[in-house]
Amino acid sequence: MVPLTQKMTLPEQVTSWLMSDARTQTASEASAVGLSLKKGGIRWGEFAIQSSLGFCALISVITTIVIVFVLATESYSFFSDVSPIDFLFGTQWVPLFEPSSYGVLPLLWGTLVITFGAAAIAIPVGLASAIYISEYASARVRTIVKPVLELLAGIPTVVYGYFALTFVTPVLQNILPGLNVFNALSGAIVVGIMILPTIATLSDNALRAVPDTLRQGAYALGATSFEVTTQVVVPTGLSGVMASFLLAISRAIGETMAVTLAAGATPNLSFTLQESIQTITAYIVQVSLGDTPADGIAYKTIFAVAAVLFLLTLILNMLSQWVLNKYRAEYD
Amino acid sequence: MTSMTHPEQGSESKHISIAEPSILDLQNVTISYSGKAAVRNVSFPIAEHKITSIIGPSGCGKSTLLRALNRMNDFVDDVSLEGTISYLGENLYGKDIDPVTLRRRIGMVFQKPNPFPKSIYRNVSWGPQINGYKQPLDDLVEHSLVQAALWNEVKDRLHESALSLSGGQQQRLCIARALAMSPDILLMDEPCSALDPISTSHIEDLLFELKSQYTIVIVTHNMQQAARASDYTAFLEMGMLIEFGATKQMFTVPRQKRTEEYVTGRFG
Ligand SMILES: Nc1ncnc2c1ncn2[C@@H]1O[C@H](COP(=O)(O)OP(=O)(O)OP(=O)(O)O)[C@@H](O)[C@H]1O
Ligand SMILES: [Mg+2]
Repeated sequence: MVPLTQKMTLPEQVTSWLMSDARTQTASEASAVGLSLKKGGIRWGEFAIQSSLGFCALISVITTIVIVFVLATESYSFFSDVSPIDFLFGTQWVPLFEPSSYGVLPLLWGTLVITFGAAAIAIPVGLASAIYISEYASARVRTIVKPVLELLAGIPTVVYGYFALTFVTPVLQNILPGLNVFNALSGAIVVGIMILPTIATLSDNALRAVPDTLRQGAYALGATSFEVTTQVVVPTGLSGVMASFLLAISRAIGETMAVTLAAGATPNLSFTLQESIQTITAYIVQVSLGDTPADGIAYKTIFAVAAVLFLLTLILNMLSQWVLNKYRAEYD
Repeated sequence: MTSMTHPEQGSESKHISIAEPSILDLQNVTISYSGKAAVRNVSFPIAEHKITSIIGPSGCGKSTLLRALNRMNDFVDDVSLEGTISYLGENLYGKDIDPVTLRRRIGMVFQKPNPFPKSIYRNVSWGPQINGYKQPLDDLVEHSLVQAALWNEVKDRLHESALSLSGGQQQRLCIARALAMSPDILLMDEPCSALDPISTSHIEDLLFELKSQYTIVIVTHNMQQAARASDYTAFLEMGMLIEFGATKQMFTVPRQKRTEEYVTGRFG
């Protein structure tokens, strides 16, 4: 709080202006010196800024439209060869060999396993870390932990994949002897570790933005730290916390490199998590980098699965928007 | 305390007695932030079921002193307290005192209304609920809102967000929230500073009503409010207690020259 007694010092120009006659001139005098209220010409500087900002905004809109257009046309041509029913409900994904089969479920399953597995690890641990950093840690601990977490968020994902292959999987194999070298479990764990800093740092920001006066109000009612945190701070910062979950989950859905290294590239509708799987993104990379002819049906599959991925993220976005609005309405 | 040769410039240093039993007793209380004293060697009693106001210029340590009374200063880094504050004979800062339990008995209303972003109902019921209140909450919520003179304005919208209320209503909600705990003592830090004159007079009327059941300590910058509403007044300056006494005496025949200058507005 700034004490009221503290004197404000104004720059000299301002004080001299305050004391000069300029401010006391009448309206007619003002117009005499040219302060007309009529519109002048276009303000070119402002126009230039406005249009360049508009142009930047337009870029992302156009990009989105182009992507949707490409996905739609290529998928359309794919579905003229493959029935959408077979695609959506088929359980075999064998696009590159004969006899081919285009059931997307194994890829979709791979993506969902990694995403939800990672979220199941990262959300509780990330939120707990955020709560610790924001509500319990001393300033000194925070100044150490926060940059470390941010650093962790900046590590290239291929490193996480390598970490899975050389550390997580061997450790897990000690516990689960039947575990494949490439397995979904290890993929989910390592992607969970990867998105954890995102959740922790963004949720920490959201919790720290909760005004201290609310905490004090709660403490003054005889609440314990735990009650203040769980019943006042987290609900108040919930929209920011939810946003961090969403961002982290979208990273998990799109994650490619770490997953490929950890979970392999075998489309597989296996529910044990101990075998290799393939996610949608990993498949797209595999085909794009391979020598698949660009005009064949095999090549078109990547647009069809990309369209599925696009719809998946779209649904997730709408869902989270709905959740956010619901909590907003209740909490502010 | 340094010895003063001129009594009218000195501070209250002898033990001050009051007619009523005291519920809180401050003895040589010094509070420092990072070793810098904000409240220096202050001693005065707080009478039970009376209103005690703390006045003084900005930065003189009023809020610091008030927050010491329910240990809200515990949340400030590097703050230390010397001397004793006893609550019904028990040292508030004793090793065996649980500050959480203590704050249930000594409630606080803050300068700026700080309702939780929950419904009006939940704002009032939350404190009792977390503290294991077992009786029907509806009655308690109604009773507290009636006591805070807010019931009629909100009885049809109890489940709307507290943030939809006006500033004055929010402040009365915060008072209701504190009253729902039925504390022994209610600490109020400039509760009217963000309010218009009508809401302010609402709250002052409220103080009179509450006096029969609660002990109230109020920090205020408003001399009329202190004069009108309180029974005892403590005047602080630069962390020191300049004068403590019955409000009527303080505002009519102050013992210290500085008090007179301050309460009459001739304060440098
Ligand atoms: N958290 C803090 N850390 C360090 N110093 C503080 C802190 N809070 C208050 N102080 C200092 O203690 C002194 C007393 O502050 P306090 O807030 O108690 O004054 P006040 O009388 O309530 O003033 P106001 O009327 O402006 O609210 C001031 O010099 C202030 O700068
Ligand atoms: Mg203050």
